[in-house]
Amino acid sequence: MNYNWNWGVFFEELPGGEATYWEILLEGVGWTLAVSALAWIIALVIGSVIGTIRTTQSRPLVALGNAWVEFFRNIPLLVQIFLWYFVVPEVSAPLKAWVVQAEPSHVQFLMAVIGLGLFTSARVAEQVRAGIQSLPRGQRAAGMAVGLTTTQTYRFVLLPMAFRIIIPPLTSETMNLIKNSSVALTIGLAELTFRAREMGEYTFNFFEAFSAATLIYIAIAMTANRVMAHVERRVAVPGYIAGGAK
Amino acid sequence: MSRLSRLLPALIGLTLISTGALAEELTGTLKKVKETGTITIGHRESSIPFSYLDDKQQPVGYAMDLCLRIVDAVKTKLNMPNLKVNLQPVTSANRIPLMQNGTIDLECGSTTNSVKRQEQVAFGPTYFVINVTAAVKKNSGIKTLADLNGKTISTTSGTTSVPLLKQYEKTKSVDVKEIYGKDHAESFLLLSQDRSSAFIMDDILLAGQIANSGNPGDYVIISESLRQEPYSMMLRKDDPQFKALVDKTIGDVMKSGEIEKIYAKWFTSPVPPKNINLNFPATAAIKDAFANPNDKGVQ
Repeated sequence: MNYNWNWGVFFEELPGGEATYWEILLEGVGWTLAVSALAWIIALVIGSVIGTIRTTQSRPLVALGNAWVEFFRNIPLLVQIFLWYFVVPEVSAPLKAWVVQAEPSHVQFLMAVIGLGLFTSARVAEQVRAGIQSLPRGQRAAGMAVGLTTTQTYRFVLLPMAFRIIIPPLTSETMNLIKNSSVALTIGLAELTFRAREMGEYTFNFFEAFSAATLIYIAIAMTANRVMAHVERRVAVPGYIAGGAK
Repeated sequence: MSRLSRLLPALIGLTLISTGALAEELTGTLKKVKETGTITIGHRESSIPFSYLDDKQQPVGYAMDLCLRIVDAVKTKLNMPNLKVNLQPVTSANRIPLMQNGTIDLECGSTTNSVKRQEQVAFGPTYFVINVTAAVKKNSGIKTLADLNGKTISTTSGTTSVPLLKQYEKTKSVDVKEIYGKDHAESFLLLSQDRSSAFIMDDILLAGQIANSGNPGDYVIISESLRQEPYSMMLRKDDPQFKALVDKTIGDVMKSGEIEKIYAKWFTSPVPPKNINLNFPATAAIKDAFANPNDKGVQ
C-alpha cells in the first residue's frame, strides 16, 4: 500500500482560499454538537412523555404511545431525514414558501433536529417504559394508597426511580444520537462527517480527514459518557440498584 | 493431467522468455496482474454515460469501453488471453483508497484529473473535457451566471464546483446561497422543486440529469463556464510500465479516429437503460484532447 501520508494537509487552504481544512472541520463539529444537543432535548422530552403514557391504564394513551414508537422506530433514520427535508415541504404550502426563501442551512438544521429528535424519542420512550415497568408493582399501589393521583404517583414515586435506573441505557442512546447526527450530511448539512468527506474529495487525503473525524467523534462521545456517569453518581440513591458506576 | 497442468505455465513461460516477449521485467500493476491472473476495474454505478449500471446491472459506458481496450492490451502484453476481469463498484469517496490499497487496478468513471490529486494517483490521457456551469429552468429568465446574484443554487457536496463558485462570487461580487445535495440526483431534485434556482455542476452531468427528468424541455444549460476540467481514468502512482501501456493504448484509439465512433455511441446516440440521447456533440476542448493526447491536470 503506497499511501502518501500528509498530516500537514489540515493547515492547507481550501481551493478558493477561504479557510483552512482544520477550520472547516471545527465548523463541522459546531453543527454536530448543535444538532445533537437540540435533538437530544426533543428526544428526552417527547420520549419521556410517550414512554410514560405507555405504562398508564388508559387504552387510548397506550395505543397512541405504541403507534408513536413503532412508527419512528421502524423507518430507517436515513429515510426519515429524507422525508422531512424533501417530502414534507412538498405537501405543506406555507412550509414550502418558508423553505424556499429561508437560509438553506437553517432549513437543513431544523429538519435534521426534528428527524433525529423524533427518531431517538421512540428509542428513549422504550427505555422509559422499561424503567417504569422494572419497578416493583407495590410502588404504584403504595402511591395510590397514600391518596396520590395518577399524575402525582408518576411524578413523586415512579419516575424519579425509573429515570435513575435507565441512566446507563440513556447514556448509550446519547452517544448513538451524536453519531447518528452524521446522517444529516445526506441533506447537505455541513457537519463533521460532511466536512471530512469534503476534505477528502478536495485533497484526496481521505485517511487523514477521516482519522481526524474519528478522533473527534470519540472525544465527543466519551465526554458525553463521562458527563452522564457523573450525573448517575450525583443522583444515586444510597443502597438502591442504580448506585453503580463509582 | 495434474502434472501437465502444473507444467503448462512453466512451459508457456519458457516459450515467452525464449521469444523475448517478456524481455522487460514486469513491475507494479502488470506484475501484480501477472501473478494473480486477475485485473480489477473500479466502475461507478450512476455516472451516465461514463460508467454506470445498465438494466442488467452490468457496468457499461464510455469510460468502460475505453478501459476494456486497456484490458485487451494487458492480455496481449502478458499473453494471458484468459485473464480474469473483476468489476468493483466504487464511489467518489472510496475510489482513491481502493486504488491505493490495491483493491482496484484501474478506475473508469468521471474523475477529474487535478494537479492536487496527482500527488496521490496517476491519470491516463484525458478522454473528456467538461465545463462547470449551471442548469436552470427555462422560465426562470436566468441567462448568465451573473443573473444568479441573490438566488439560491444547489450543487453536489464534495465536488469541485463548490470552491469554483466561491471564487466566482468573490471576483464578480455576486452573492448566492448554496444548498448541497448528497448526489447529483438530489441536487437536481432541489432545482426541480424550485428550492434552488440553478444546479451548478459539470455540463455533461447536467445534460444527463435533464435527459433523465420527466420533462427535459423545461431546463436549459447556461453557455457560460466557470472552468474546464479534464476527465480521465485513474491508476496507481509511480507505475511507469502500466502508465505507458495505458497512454499508448488510449493514445492509439484517439489517433486512429476510433475514439469518434466510441464517443458517438455514448454521447450522440440513445444509451441504455432508458434509451435516452444526451445530444452532447464533442466540444472544441474535447476534440483538442483527442488530437493531442495528454494527462495534464487542472490546478
